[in-house]
Amino acid sequence: MNHPGSIIPGLLNIVLGLAFLMAAAALLTWVERRLLGFFQDRPGPNRAGPFGSLQVVADGIKLLFKQDWIPPFADPAVFVLAPAIAMVTVMLAIAVIPATPVIGIIGNLNVGLLFFLAMSGLGVYSVVLAGWSSNNKFSLLGGMRAAAQMVSYEVFMGLSLVGVVMLSGSFNLTDIIHSQRHLWYVVPQFIGFVIFFMGGIAETHRLPFDLPEGESELGAGFHTEYSGMKFGMFFVGEYIGIILVSAMTTVLFLGGWYGPFLPPFMWFGIKTGFFVAFFILLRAALPRPRYDQFMSFGWKLLLPLTLLNILVTGALILGLPGPS
Amino acid sequence: MLTKAATIPATNAAQVILRDLNQRFGSAAITAQSTADHIPTFWIGREIIHDVLKHLRHGAALSFRVLYDLTAVDERLRVHREGLPPADFTVVYHLISFERNDDIRIKVPLHESTLEVPTAADIWPNANWYEREVWDLFGIKFAGHPTLRRIMTPPTWTGHPLRKDHVARATEMEPYVLTEEREIAEQEALRFKPEDWGMKLHSKTSDFMFLNLGPNHPSVHGVFRIILQLEGEEIVDAVPEIGFHHRGAEKMGERQTWHTYIPYTDRIDYLGGVMNNFPYVMAVETLAGITVPPRAQMIRIMLAELFRMASHLVFYGTMSQDVGQLSPVFYMFADRERVFHIIEAICGFRMHPAWFRIGGVAADLPQGWDKMIRDYLDYQPKRLDEYHKLVMQNRLFKARTVGVGAYTLDEALDWGVTGPGLRACGLEWDYRKQRPYSGYDQLEFEIPTCNNGDCYDRVVVHIEEMRQSLRIIRQCLDNMPPGPYRSMHKLATPPLRDKTMHDIETLITHFLNASWGPVLPPGEAMVSIEATKGINGYYLTADGASTSYRTRIRTPSFPHLQMIPLISRGAYVADLIAILGSIDFVMADVDR
Repeated sequence: MNHPGSIIPGLLNIVLGLAFLMAAAALLTWVERRLLGFFQDRPGPNRAGPFGSLQVVADGIKLLFKQDWIPPFADPAVFVLAPAIAMVTVMLAIAVIPATPVIGIIGNLNVGLLFFLAMSGLGVYSVVLAGWSSNNKFSLLGGMRAAAQMVSYEVFMGLSLVGVVMLSGSFNLTDIIHSQRHLWYVVPQFIGFVIFFMGGIAETHRLPFDLPEGESELGAGFHTEYSGMKFGMFFVGEYIGIILVSAMTTVLFLGGWYGPFLPPFMWFGIKTGFFVAFFILLRAALPRPRYDQFMSFGWKLLLPLTLLNILVTGALILGLPGPS
Repeated sequence: MLTKAATIPATNAAQVILRDLNQRFGSAAITAQSTADHIPTFWIGREIIHDVLKHLRHGAALSFRVLYDLTAVDERLRVHREGLPPADFTVVYHLISFERNDDIRIKVPLHESTLEVPTAADIWPNANWYEREVWDLFGIKFAGHPTLRRIMTPPTWTGHPLRKDHVARATEMEPYVLTEEREIAEQEALRFKPEDWGMKLHSKTSDFMFLNLGPNHPSVHGVFRIILQLEGEEIVDAVPEIGFHHRGAEKMGERQTWHTYIPYTDRIDYLGGVMNNFPYVMAVETLAGITVPPRAQMIRIMLAELFRMASHLVFYGTMSQDVGQLSPVFYMFADRERVFHIIEAICGFRMHPAWFRIGGVAADLPQGWDKMIRDYLDYQPKRLDEYHKLVMQNRLFKARTVGVGAYTLDEALDWGVTGPGLRACGLEWDYRKQRPYSGYDQLEFEIPTCNNGDCYDRVVVHIEEMRQSLRIIRQCLDNMPPGPYRSMHKLATPPLRDKTMHDIETLITHFLNASWGPVLPPGEAMVSIEATKGINGYYLTADGASTSYRTRIRTPSFPHLQMIPLISRGAYVADLIAILGSIDFVMADVDR
């Protein structure tokens, strides 16, 4: 990648990757609504285009043409910055994911896993700043909840991955996938897998862990004051977040692109799609815990479990004669 | 000064009470009145009213635990007042003893120059809002009331709408113009000032946040405003504000004929449909002395129970939605559609059929009604079993509702709670069982109760009630008696036509009864029923006219909302939402 000629394919890669991601996130909003409709005995959006698939376009146009409004009582600079952070951090984090040995932007980054954790850590700023700068009590409550929730679940999410890193001996996501050639980590690291996925739901603040939004309590929580494309950026950010967490789970625990018969890209897509659908099913099925219950669940149950998981994994690696 | 009326109410308890009161307060101050509903009614001077009420609550051998209703009547234009003490206004207290299944009505005559009675809020806490309502709508002051301010009308309102000299319709007033100054003044009047409610702005360590929840908020079930005093997310205190849905239903009752008022009642508890017609037409029938034929009674029960299903399904769905569950509400609304499908086939309308008539119902059951209902009865129980797994056995749902928003039976009685909220505290008191009306005594059903009085138990009671409703509907289906669907009484509406073309007298009577409506004999009657959300009652005063002289609608949701601050103190904001969901109210039922 050193000589200047390689810049153009690199750029092309980024542009195509971004375009694909945006399209996938947009399509996901439609998929989610159709799936929810299916789960809930109702049609879902089915008017615009075949099976309502152009609903995405209609929504996009609506959001784009809405007045770009900043409430007079808000802090304008921060108010604008917050949705940008939401979108930028998830998109940057996606860059480290290798979809196949050849597709991916920086799938070979030697600190890929850390980069992912760093970006999702930065993502907390978006909700906190949005909640704070809106100068609205509901937003503030949402922002406060978001800060506490995301910071704590960041901890469990990071710790739940230690086992994977110990087993694979690398932070490089491509290496992690390679090391799962024979056995997916979901088997030896089942606890880590469950906790990582729960942390992922908390990070993307989706039901049942959507307390920062908590629509029946806080209206729309931290983004109550947002409308138009700024709201759209939170929205798209959330859906890219879903893809991100699903893809990361695939990479870390389900052996990434590995699978028989089908080409690697298909396998990656199927596995990721499975988790995306699971996200949506969760949303259709579960109620929302109360904020304090959710926090004590994290600190009193998940934290000891992750630590135990690390302990046991470490002991086994030391005790058993490893392949390496 | 007060003269004794000729008749003394028939029941024994009434005579015991009267003797007791006479002994204690002297017979000169007490006048008995006979009413069409046979509820013992006593007029008591305002000088001793507070002592009498206190005695009736705490001291008397036959004490009354619950303040069921508190209202007033503007007596100034009332023609038929034979035997009643002179009064310009009357304050009416309706007390109930659930224990003895006994009622009493206490009236206080007031002269226009001294419109003041001592507050009863120190005797029954729920008198607080009732007295505010009477102050707002009649201008009667309650001495010693902690916060005597308007509750139904905006704070900027002038006049007292339920007085006879207040205009009844917008067209009788000047056109409404909202100038900028006026808008600012109105906005300012709505601003919440914690000091007015005796609330502190800071605790020792921090400032409180005052959060204005509603009147537009997804989980307040209508236009209900509740102002929260928060420390973090913990509720220190709360002030509920109602009146945004006030449409003057009681005032309209004084303008509409007995018959044409029926559709207005549908919209009181707008989820209850004909359930609202029920107490109203029964009160009118009590005044008119109409006996309803058995088939009409059974049809009424069946329709009322179908509406109980519809209303409880909405409750179930929205309750689970309030704690964040997205799907159940869709399933339950789909089931409710099935109920509406049946109701539509029978009544021709879905939510507000206004299908009951004075003396019966609007029409006989259509062909094929039994198959529709049988299909539904076979379908619904299985679905309820599924919902039980989906909602009631869900651990998160339990975590959000068990032990949340609990109140004791004592508190429930203090605050005038009725319906599922009362039965969730363990008291087995259901109007359909304790005071069977319209033939409920011929049907087999149970009264579900729970013991903890928390949100979860309130949901459990609702669900069990649905199963009992299905049971009642099946019995109606199997035992529907033949015969006429309406009474042949001359005051029943709509008037019969079969003989109108034979002689001029019948034609004239029919014409008058159809165009002006029937004229009811003077009298008073309060009839209550077990509605979807608690006990709903209509207290009608007839003055020998084609319209009601005073229509008082006692709704269950009104006292239920009043106790929200009590049960939400110390809870979290999210708990409050669960509490609101579990109370099962609609704002139209609160504000009327």
